[in-house]
Amino acid sequence: MYRKMLRIRKFEKTASVFFAEGKIPGFVHLYIGEEAIAVGACANLRDDDFITSTHRGHGHIVAKGGNLKYMMAELFGKETGYCKGKGGSMHIADAELGILGANGIVGAGHLIATGSAWSAQYRGTDQVSICFFGDASTNQSTFHEAMNLASLWKLPVIFVCENNLYGISVSQARHQNIKDISQRAIGYGMPALSADGNDVLTVYEQVGEAVSRARAGEGPTLLEFKTYRQHGHFEGDPGAYRPKEEVEAWLQKDPLPRFESHLLGSGILTEEELEAVRSEVDEEIREALEFADASPYPTPESSVQDIYSDLIEEARIR
Amino acid sequence: MKKITYGEGIREALREKMLENKNVVLLGEDVGPYGGTFGVTKGLWEQFGEERVRDTPISEGVIVGASVGAAATGLRPVAELMFIDFLTFGMDGLVNQAAKMRYMFGGKISVPLVLRLPAGGGISAGAQHSGSLEAWVTHVPGLKVVYPSNAADAWGLMLTAIDDDNPVVYIESKVLYSQKSEVPERMTKVLFGSAAIAREGADVSIVTYGKQVHDALKAAAALAKDGIEAEVIDLRSLYPLDKETIFGSVTKTHRALVVTEEVKRGGYGGELSALISEQCFDELDAPVVRIGALDSPVPYSQVLESLVLPSVADIVKGVKEMF
Repeated sequence: MYRKMLRIRKFEKTASVFFAEGKIPGFVHLYIGEEAIAVGACANLRDDDFITSTHRGHGHIVAKGGNLKYMMAELFGKETGYCKGKGGSMHIADAELGILGANGIVGAGHLIATGSAWSAQYRGTDQVSICFFGDASTNQSTFHEAMNLASLWKLPVIFVCENNLYGISVSQARHQNIKDISQRAIGYGMPALSADGNDVLTVYEQVGEAVSRARAGEGPTLLEFKTYRQHGHFEGDPGAYRPKEEVEAWLQKDPLPRFESHLLGSGILTEEELEAVRSEVDEEIREALEFADASPYPTPESSVQDIYSDLIEEARIR
Repeated sequence: MKKITYGEGIREALREKMLENKNVVLLGEDVGPYGGTFGVTKGLWEQFGEERVRDTPISEGVIVGASVGAAATGLRPVAELMFIDFLTFGMDGLVNQAAKMRYMFGGKISVPLVLRLPAGGGISAGAQHSGSLEAWVTHVPGLKVVYPSNAADAWGLMLTAIDDDNPVVYIESKVLYSQKSEVPERMTKVLFGSAAIAREGADVSIVTYGKQVHDALKAAAALAKDGIEAEVIDLRSLYPLDKETIFGSVTKTHRALVVTEEVKRGGYGGELSALISEQCFDELDAPVVRIGALDSPVPYSQVLESLVLPSVADIVKGVKEMF
């Protein structure tokens, strides 16, 4: 879990640098500060379980086992990227790992995860789906429609809310009249709780219980994990809407040093071992960068490919 | 040849595919014991059970969105919305998710979903239950769109739709549900992108689909009395579009009239008209004529409704003005 958290942190730091340098175009929403949630949650999953992600998706994809090279190449808009350069940061998916896509639409994943859970239930497998989403997406109708159906049909889906306290620039207090998002489960007869999202072990444990219940056919759970994004909503957003003291206070709760202290304090890893993991991850990131940099850009023809499973004459380049 | 209704055509195709493939499942509002708002799924719940014919809450967002998730992970859902107008609630699932997933994800995820949408006016259902919104969906790369006009096509297009690995929007004309027409003893698929020539003629091509095919045939019969032989083209699938048949017909007749039930402004009829004008300009002896509904929501009163929606007389008049 530590290695995965570090992989996310370093991948994101690198993306931040290359975005600033203009090597990565478009929008990039980084997961820095929220690593404990994706990693703690996905540590309970198998490759054939499903996740849906958000526009802040890199962390979920790494946590579910995504390939750093293909991710970096996708951010660079290269042909070797996960989506052949047609998806970008907000649209990475990997069907083989059950990653049903990062998503640029706030709240879309609730419904898709409900559908993948229904599919698993119908096909009689014990696959579960985790739907990652932010606090602000619980104001969308999709959240409520999904919660109702998942609860009604007892679907094996775990709704994991990453409450980073802001919907873009609007604080939670200004976008909803409740403090804990887990309260919303009451209206759907669904078990729920709120917990510390910067402690990977707490996340691991709570999601673990929900996954066991889902696999056993006992239905969905809503889990809210409180966390904080250390960067702005997107790269380039200075985040001036957040009080300095608040940012400072949350930096003190950074999930990575916390987990490091725990690993050292409980004698699970030594400082040398941690350092070894750090340099291994550095090497992985370097390789991913090299791969992305050396990869070719997509061909013009590919801009109209993969729209349909079969060829339709319509799509052609002018 | 036997005769069955348009609704039965859809149902028999659903039954056939459900018998063939366990991963074909139905969902929607009242599709279970009730048999669907227009009775299309009658008997399927009894035959296939609760797990395969699922009544959902009145919640179009989740009907479409969950179908996308299910389709991406191994099922072949056929979802019904009660009226095409309610697609407004399911639009994100269809347009931003289903249609774009394959492309955004580099061709690695398929969404074999069929979305059934009863459309059109003519039953005094008022503005929120009488929509013709085919332009919205044909506008979106990643979707296929079909619109049958008779029982055999309804059956054959549904067989193709369920087997298709792409999201298919299957639009149904609700005034045709109870209309009977002939179907062969053994039904086969109707391939997408294959228009039918519903009536041959040498003087003008009437390009249309759905309920308006019947209006066009009536108009053609009236025109024949005045010595004008109209060829009526039933598109059957709006995307992919059988341009070859359209252009071939126009090359023969040198005149084209497009009739659709949607509001003319920004409609699919405009697209068809532009295509013919672009591709067959040298063949045309007159500008392409478009017939559609008036620029208005569909009114309730029968008097007003029949005024707003295109009529057989409108088609006859439109054709005559081309000569």
